[in-house]
Order: sequence, then structure tokens, then C-alpha cells
Amino acid sequence: MARAIPTRQKIMWTALAWAFGLLMFFPIMWTFLTSFKTEAAAIADPPVWLFFDWSLENYATVQERSNYPKALMNSIIIAVGSTLLGILIAVPAAWAMAFVPGKRTKDVLLWMLSTKMLPAVGVLYPLVLLAKYFDVMDSRILLIVVLMLINLPIIVWMLYTYFREIPGEILEAARMDGASLTSEILYVLTPMALPGIASTILLSIILAWNEAFWTILLTTVDAAPLTKFIASFSAPEGLFYAKLSAASILAIAPILVMGWFSQKQLVRGLTFGAVK
Amino acid sequence: MATAQSRSAARMMIAPAVFVLLVWMLVPLCMTLYFSFAEYLPMRGDKPFDPWIGFDNYRSFLTSSSFMSSLFTTLWMVGGILLITITGGVLMALLLDRPMFGQGIVRILVIAPFFVMPTVSALVWKNMFFNVDNGLFSYGYKFFGLQPYDFLSQSPLLSIIIIVAWQWLPFATLILLTAVQSLDSEQLEASEMDGAPALSRFRFIILPHLSRAITVVILIQTIFLLSIFAEIFVTTNGAFGTRTLTYLVYQRVLESQNIGLGSAGGIVAVILANIIAIFLMRIVGKNLDN
Repeated sequence: MARAIPTRQKIMWTALAWAFGLLMFFPIMWTFLTSFKTEAAAIADPPVWLFFDWSLENYATVQERSNYPKALMNSIIIAVGSTLLGILIAVPAAWAMAFVPGKRTKDVLLWMLSTKMLPAVGVLYPLVLLAKYFDVMDSRILLIVVLMLINLPIIVWMLYTYFREIPGEILEAARMDGASLTSEILYVLTPMALPGIASTILLSIILAWNEAFWTILLTTVDAAPLTKFIASFSAPEGLFYAKLSAASILAIAPILVMGWFSQKQLVRGLTFGAVK
Repeated sequence: MATAQSRSAARMMIAPAVFVLLVWMLVPLCMTLYFSFAEYLPMRGDKPFDPWIGFDNYRSFLTSSSFMSSLFTTLWMVGGILLITITGGVLMALLLDRPMFGQGIVRILVIAPFFVMPTVSALVWKNMFFNVDNGLFSYGYKFFGLQPYDFLSQSPLLSIIIIVAWQWLPFATLILLTAVQSLDSEQLEASEMDGAPALSRFRFIILPHLSRAITVVILIQTIFLLSIFAEIFVTTNGAFGTRTLTYLVYQRVLESQNIGLGSAGGIVAVILANIIAIFLMRIVGKNLDN
């Protein structure tokens, strides 16, 4: 039985929820505001909120810092590269597990997830050693491969859950009509699976973009992405709040937007389907 | 209708993923295991490598005072963050489930911190909020005529807990909200009609319904929280009692270049993480069946 909700109650909940929402969002909001201030205004006492001379100068300054554009490029290449490589390996695997499940499928899937639980420090030195041995230390290709391997279990898992929702009868019908495996994948499965693949790509890019263990420890200059670039601000030089804010906003803005679009997939991808 | 042919094709399709993950897991892990029984000091000129010294590394790692303190730091950090995110997450999820105006926007505001990269959130909190001279919190203290509190040097562990909890509260909220929304509203309404007070409705209907989601959130967060790195790296660099097990191993391996000792620590970390992973896997596995 549906009941009309008293407007007063609704207003009360609205106020409370907005208060908490704004509180959670405040650090990002404050960083955003500070990024448009002068360095002096950024540390003004008392703090200035909205009424200051808005300026884009900090963004220009950060862009000019010779390593920012490179860090941005590195972030994009590493996040997109590791994602595409992961998708390439994961799509066939997830397809096979979803449509031709065997006795072992569940075990394989769980085993893949369990590799995600391996603490990174447990393999830190061997990886540094191997990277040096193959002369790929501080290179994008190293990070692409490492981040791909880290996210692969989640990518396989997400694709698997999406593929499983595709009715198998359609594939059987295609097979009856004499479609080969290749054309079955290309013309029947792919169009139906595209939304799921797109969501998976989104989540994988977000995770790779924000990864901050391997990206910090396996890079120095050449392949350093934004995570490392921002970390270089931890040794402050003079007044730098406004510039730090501008750099931070530049680093998080694209992912924030992508993240908002992928809320639902996040639950699916990060709980491995344990919460529905 | 899987034929033998499609079965072998399927196996071929799974093979690359299994192969790369197997290599990724086994090769470095075996190397760590090998180093953990060796004396390996690449920075020392005289005798940098002795392949077998038995369990000496484990003995000295496990009995060192830094291991015990790092273990407690890890427990406090993970425990504190879990307490904040689970309690806050349940309350926030219940709040977001209420009828309100602009629910979608509020949800977006609440979730946003999860997408902020760890180095950014740590540095923003460190400088713009916690800083004793120019941080926003200091202005707050001064506004009320109080002495500004130097968060990162007086309560470094709490400061890091706040930073990381801010990042993970959205995750807990989002997942618990998903669980709250799947709650049978008729049952709740019936109990409301029967005059059950809000608190006992929460205790006897909502909480049991959420228990599984809460367990999942605890397990997943624990696995991620055990390897907190960037937040410590850019704020305290492991000083002032913020050195977790992960950070201790990192320091042994890369800073003091005592590979044998660090590797033994790494294996200890792997074993501890696996104990938690087993529980998580069991829940996920059960869910796969239905």
C-alpha cells in the first residue's frame, strides 16, 4: 500500500541529505574554488569563499610546468593502453566462460579473482628487478602491462556477468543458421555485449588512472603519470596552494565525470557480484 | 549445447588470460619466496648475496619491534577506517533511500570522493585542511579562539584515517544503498503499521537484511586498505607511528635495500591478506551458484 509522504518530512530529509552530500563534496569544491585564486588569496585569513578575483592563471602556470603535459599524456596512454590490452585478453575468456561453461569454470573465475588479493608489496622487489633486467624501468609499456594484470581479474569478472545476461538461445540460433565462431562473435555477440564492454572499459580506465602504488614506484621521470606528478607537490616550494589545486582539478576532473556515469557498474565490478 | 569442439575452442580462449595471470602470480611470488630465505643486500659491496640463510629473515622480521608496531598501526588504521565507513555508510545509505528532492544530485556529491586519485586527496587534505598555519581547520580553531591543532604531527594516524575514510565512505554508501534498495518495502511498511518503533525496525529488519552487504564491504575494503600506500607516502612517509605493514615492507625493500628481510615481510603480508581473501572468496563463490 503506497502512502503519500508528507511534504514536511520530505523537505526535512532533503535538507539533511543535501547537508551530508555537500559535506562530503566540500574538499573537492574547496579545491576547485582555490584553483581560481591567487596564492595570497588561497591562504587568506579569514578564508575567502566566492568573492575574489577569479583567474585562470594557475591553470596556465601548471600547463607551463614542463612535466605536466607529459604526465597527462602518460596517464592517458597508460590508462587507455592497459584497459584495451586487458579487454583484448578478457573478452574471449569471459565469452568462453559465460557461454561454454565447464566443470572448472567457477574455479577458474574464483582463482582469477584471488590473484587480485595478492598484496603488491609481496612482489615489489622481483618486479623492480625484472623491470631492470628487461630494461623497461620507467617506461609506459611496463605500466601498461602491470596495470593490465592488476585489473584483468575485474575486467574478466565484469564481462562475465554481462555476457551471462545475454540469452544463450540467440547464439544457438545463430549456430543453427551456420554462423561460424568468428561471425557469431562479431555479428551476434558483439552488438549485444557492447554496453557491458563499454561499462567495463570505463571502470578499468578509472581504476588504472587512480592506481598509485606501481605508478609511483615504477616510474621516475619518463613514464611518470599524474599520480606521480601530483605526489611531487608533497615537497612544497613557497606558496603553492592555488597551483596544487589547479593541478589536482586537472588530474581528477575527467575521472570524476566518468565515475559519475559508472556508479552502477562500480557496484558490480568491485563487489564481484556479491551484492545485487 | 557445448560440443567437444566448442569446448576446446573455449579452452583456447580462456588460456591467454589464465596464462598471464599465472605468470604474474607465480614468477614474482616465487622470487620473493626465494629471496626471503637469502641474505641479499645489493648496496653492500663485500658480500651482497647468500642464497640460503634459512629462516633468519623471518625470525628477525617477526621479532623486530617495528613489525609488531606496524601490525598494530595496520590494525588501528584498517579498523578505524572500517568503523567510520561502515557506520557512516549504513546511515548515509538509509538517508539517501528516503524520499527527497534532487536525490540523484546528492548521490553524485556523496560518491565523488571515491574517484579522486589517492595522491590528490592526500595532498589536498594535508595542505588545505590539516596544515597548522594555512589549513582550513586551523582557521576554524582560530575563529573559536582556540589554539590551532597540528593534525599531521599530533595525530598523524587519525589524520590518515580521516583522509582514507573520506575516500572509502562513498564506496560503502553506494554498495549499502544498493542493498537497502532491494529491501522488501512491504515488510517495512507492515511493521510500521504494527507500530514498531524506528529503532527496532532498524535492528530486526534492516540490519539483518544488510548483514551480507556489510560483510562484503568489510572484506573488500580490508583487502584494499591493507595495501594503503600513496596516502602515507605523501603525508608522513611512514613517520610518527603511521608505518603500516605494507609501508614497512616497502621501506625494507626499496629504502634500506635489505631484500631478504623485506621479502620475508612481503610473504608475511601475502599470508595475512590470504586469510581474509579466503572468507571473501567463499561468499563470492556461494553467490556464483545461484
